[in-house]
Amino acid sequence: SVNPDLASERQTASFSVEKLTALLDGGAEQTRIRRAVVEAIESDPVFSRENQYFQTQNERYEAAVRKAVHLQKKMHEMGWTENGPEYKYIYRALSGDVAFLLHRVFMRSISVLGSDKQIAKWIPPATKHQLIGSYAQTELGHGTYLQGLETTAVFDIATQEFILNTPKISAMKWWPGDMGRSATHTVVFAQLYIHGKCYGIHPFIVQIRSLQDHSLCPGITAGDIGPKMNFEHIDNGYLMLKNVRIPRDNMLSKFCEVRPDGTYVRQGSQKINYFTMTTVRISLISDEVLTPLMKACTIAIRYSAVRRQSKLKPGEQEAKILDYQTQQEKLLPQLAAAYAFHFINDYLQELFDRGYREIQRKNFDMLPELHALSSGFKAVITHHCTAAVEICLRACGGHGYSLLSGLPSLYTKILASCIYEGENTILLLQTARFLIKCFMAASAGQPVPPSVTYLAAVKPGKCPAKNKLDFLRPDIYTEAYQHVAVRLISSTATKLQDLIQSGVKKYDAWNQCTVQLVQAAKAHCHYITVKNFAATVEKLETKAGIQRIMKHLCDLFALHGIFSNTGAFLHDGYVSAAQMDMVTASYLDLLAVIRKDAVPLVDAFDFTDKNLNSALGSYDGQVYERLYEWAQKSPTNKMSPAYERYLKPLLHNTLSKL
Amino acid sequence: EALVLNDPDFQHEDLNFLSRSQRYEQAIRKSALMVMKLREHGIADPEEIFWFKSFVHRGRPEPLDLHLGMFLPTLLTQATPEQQDRFFMPAWNLEIIGTYAQTEMGHGTHLRGLETTATYDPATQEFILNSPTVTSIKWWPGGLGKTSNHAIVLAQLYTQGQCKGLHAFIVPIRQLGTHEPLPGITVGDIGPKFGYDEMDNGYLKMDNFRIPRENMLMKHAQVEPDGTYVKPVSDKLTYGTMVFIRSIIVGDSARSLSRACTIAIRYSAVRHQSELKPGEPEPQILDYQTQQYKLFPLLATAYAFHFVGAYIKDTYHRISGDISEGDLSELPELHALTAGLKAFTSWVANAGIEECRMACGGHGYSRCSGIPDIYVTFTPSCTYEGENTVMMLQTARFLVKSYTQVSSGQQVTGMVSYLNDLSRQRVQPQHVAARTVTVRINDPASLVEAYKARAARLVEAAAKNLQAELNHRRSKEDAWNRTSVDLVRASEAHCHYVVVKLFTAKLSEVSNAAVRAVLTDLCLLYALFGISKNTGDFLQAGILTSAQITQVNQHVKELLAVIRPNAVALVDSFDFHDVHLGSVLGRYDGNVYENMFEWAKKSPLNKTEVHASFHKHLKPMQSKL
Repeated sequence: SVNPDLASERQTASFSVEKLTALLDGGAEQTRIRRAVVEAIESDPVFSRENQYFQTQNERYEAAVRKAVHLQKKMHEMGWTENGPEYKYIYRALSGDVAFLLHRVFMRSISVLGSDKQIAKWIPPATKHQLIGSYAQTELGHGTYLQGLETTAVFDIATQEFILNTPKISAMKWWPGDMGRSATHTVVFAQLYIHGKCYGIHPFIVQIRSLQDHSLCPGITAGDIGPKMNFEHIDNGYLMLKNVRIPRDNMLSKFCEVRPDGTYVRQGSQKINYFTMTTVRISLISDEVLTPLMKACTIAIRYSAVRRQSKLKPGEQEAKILDYQTQQEKLLPQLAAAYAFHFINDYLQELFDRGYREIQRKNFDMLPELHALSSGFKAVITHHCTAAVEICLRACGGHGYSLLSGLPSLYTKILASCIYEGENTILLLQTARFLIKCFMAASAGQPVPPSVTYLAAVKPGKCPAKNKLDFLRPDIYTEAYQHVAVRLISSTATKLQDLIQSGVKKYDAWNQCTVQLVQAAKAHCHYITVKNFAATVEKLETKAGIQRIMKHLCDLFALHGIFSNTGAFLHDGYVSAAQMDMVTASYLDLLAVIRKDAVPLVDAFDFTDKNLNSALGSYDGQVYERLYEWAQKSPTNKMSPAYERYLKPLLHNTLSKL
Repeated sequence: EALVLNDPDFQHEDLNFLSRSQRYEQAIRKSALMVMKLREHGIADPEEIFWFKSFVHRGRPEPLDLHLGMFLPTLLTQATPEQQDRFFMPAWNLEIIGTYAQTEMGHGTHLRGLETTATYDPATQEFILNSPTVTSIKWWPGGLGKTSNHAIVLAQLYTQGQCKGLHAFIVPIRQLGTHEPLPGITVGDIGPKFGYDEMDNGYLKMDNFRIPRENMLMKHAQVEPDGTYVKPVSDKLTYGTMVFIRSIIVGDSARSLSRACTIAIRYSAVRHQSELKPGEPEPQILDYQTQQYKLFPLLATAYAFHFVGAYIKDTYHRISGDISEGDLSELPELHALTAGLKAFTSWVANAGIEECRMACGGHGYSRCSGIPDIYVTFTPSCTYEGENTVMMLQTARFLVKSYTQVSSGQQVTGMVSYLNDLSRQRVQPQHVAARTVTVRINDPASLVEAYKARAARLVEAAAKNLQAELNHRRSKEDAWNRTSVDLVRASEAHCHYVVVKLFTAKLSEVSNAAVRAVLTDLCLLYALFGISKNTGDFLQAGILTSAQITQVNQHVKELLAVIRPNAVALVDSFDFHDVHLGSVLGRYDGNVYENMFEWAKKSPLNKTEVHASFHKHLKPMQSKL
């Protein structure tokens, strides 16, 4: 039975939850397919995550391998294929708790970087899992900055082989997933040397473990890098190479080839490869970033409707903590952000699909813009959502700290997204570089890509809002965001130019402006997110109350951004002190409005209880019963040897015998 | 320190490689040893015990924490002499190990909501303890799960059919000798948590469990044999303990943030990445402005909180003299101030630790960096000993009260005396505008004034909004709730002012000129960075102009460059031993990469060269396909 505190929340929904779920999924048919996949996975005990919080690293790893192997069978059974409509939901249904994710990256890099002959040789056995691949790029001493990698591959004409080496400890490959224990092969990125000359970073297929008994190949040192904050189920690994020889054919040679005589040949355009790297950043947003945030919101908001604390009115029973303004102010903006980023993700996916079609037609015009958007949004969304999940965690008080709440795992998992696929600060600076360039071009009257045309139309002026209701007008707040983005970009551009004109070296000037450049890039992405949210709301059908509630969330997202960053809007007087008080008033009013729909808004994310795996967040709200029941399963509740060994002598004062 | 570090009995495998049960076992082993060694060395001074303990457990929680930190002190302050005779020596000798069971599954910070009952039965002269609902199960007390055989239980006292509110009872929970739970007691561990792996936080359910009347702690309130209830004299005294515990948390915020800064700054000096100047080797990442901007303000914050912690402790010691003489006049302000500062410093430190970890990139995510551990150990302090938002609202209540006093013409004293100026400003509104020019951004004392003005304006705004809600004829509670976001902001501004003020005041006490110079830079950075992160408040109130804000931002960046050469020395000054720091990235000798490799080789997954799951799962799959 459903806890009455949660049941009552659902009776007052102002919109159709089912319709909103369909909107999030991209149509009712998609919802149906997704639920079918989830049902198939969850009804299979091999995929159960029931004991996940009690397992050791070794147990988690083993379970993940077992699931990965079983998944092959399951897909075959269900008739799911990699190109089918079900495929994208499998990962969500498994909550990512499965091994061999890097195997796919291994296969994709061969498909993208390999010659037709190499694809024909490697892809069929990889598809059948006769070999398991990984992708070894990052080194102990080098991450995002690829040119700095130190692993070497020297071409030996005599034997027609490459000799791979890890010349020093900081050059050891470090972090690649599936490499610590599972992989038999890996794509190694190394500096290519021919006749003593360095040709830069190239990819090589290297076998690291025997296909018979899984022992390490000669010259290979590999293992697991040890416990991390999360991803216990993945064997992130290290790899050291000592005079490892591989045939010339193992260098992936779609774009660059080393001929038998040692001649180095470039062929074709690398741009398509560049595009692939860019799309990875976008493709991770949905599963790795939005899903954890939506789960965290679901857990924290449902729990806040069940948890009661202190009294709001004398004589009444203790109030739901969701009724406290301070609790609403913690959680509801995170909920609004989940929706805002869901819609910007849709927008980016569409843009990248279009970009892909253009590139296939050999039109590379969109590439710089796509690159800037993917970098900036990867950084902004991962950063924002990570912070949001932590807020949800802390909003659940003591019980949030229990692993059984599910929140610590969500947090430790999502925060890795701020680092992988490009460290966020570096990515924001890449976006900033693009913005500065476009700003200069726009100022000089040259054409600029669509997402930045606003930089050309700088209009001075003040925010026209006259009362607090004006701040619920999307044109008013979107304009304010635009103004701030333009101001930050133009003032940084001016400062850069001033520094350079005063004789400061270009790179020094850049480093001196990086703090501002990061702020400018963030402002740009924030503006696009608000603008897109507002545009999306306008296009929604007005039926079933969906548009109204989405409009509220859009307003809340926008006003929360202003409220928590007032200085940027006040700085040049675009928003006045009096107007800022109106923003605050409207913002706080909205909290009370959205409060009424908070539980239905998280119900619409449509996570099953098994998928949430949280004692606090289940649909029925039976929080305390579940917490008690799960705690009893803890391995620590089996008799511990600590009592006989240490406690007993302590209690009996026989310490000296120890 | 050396006593512990050189003692082979306290060595063990890296905790990161142990399971939870193993970590608990190690902690218990060390606690048992610790007690023995404390006696062997004749250490009895509380400060010395604290240091000894923190080195044995490397700053980590341990199962006897609640016994030493709550059970024994509560006996001392709340037990009658007879009760002390019965319980104190056995507890001191660890025949009795106790914990303090207050929090319930459904109730935390709001104590009056606790549901456990203790009903007096005059026929047998016993209390009957019950956990009437699932939500009333005691949940979280440290050491309860597996270690303790007694607990001080807080329960609603019922006698002669009336509820007399919360009282404390000494409850035996496990059989002496066998350590089995007593009949009527259900007790166990609450399962895995984010951190605190070595602590057996527990649950406790009682079904008609009877204890003798003499087990109620009766120094203050009493139940007589016939069931007559005798009221306690004053409850303000408990303020003193709370102030003390919160002052420890402020110190803990400083320490935890200092540890994270030490790791991140040393590592940033070792890590090289990309290029700053074309053609030159990769620079230390500490040379990047963005990296300095992440770390140096946190370093300044760690120093600031250190001085705040010391201040509260001193103040507490100063006025606890007055308290024992019955003068409680300073307590309310100190109580309100420490509530806010506990919340302010723990929030900031919590976020700061995470930023340090992020600043270490991928390797920060590995447990070998030590920062994940610092974070998960520290983050519950935002919740325990009073949830932070609730703490901020307590401070706000005091601020609003002080503001109301000023409005009605009374003067207020202490840290809130700036509110007295508000009434003067209302007479001369142009005064505010005139003051704008006088803020000198190179002068800490002048910045204190700026923070003071911001706090005054936000307290006033919150108080006025509260009044406006009341004028809408809302109930007091409703009006308070509708203003609570403003009230929290006001409290934060107040606490921020106090921190800047205390840091600035500390500068004049430093006699060494070089130390004073570098601390002045840090103090300026702390104050200016705080402005640049909250420019809206200063702009909106007209305390600073946009031009001044631009200068502030510029000056922050100049200070980063000034502090850069001293950065490593400033974290070395925190003087954390490598063993205590527990971080491969933060090692004093900076030999990061070699030691990461050594560390990784010990990972449990590397125990065998070919993992068992190859034979179990991989091999069968490969042969089948």
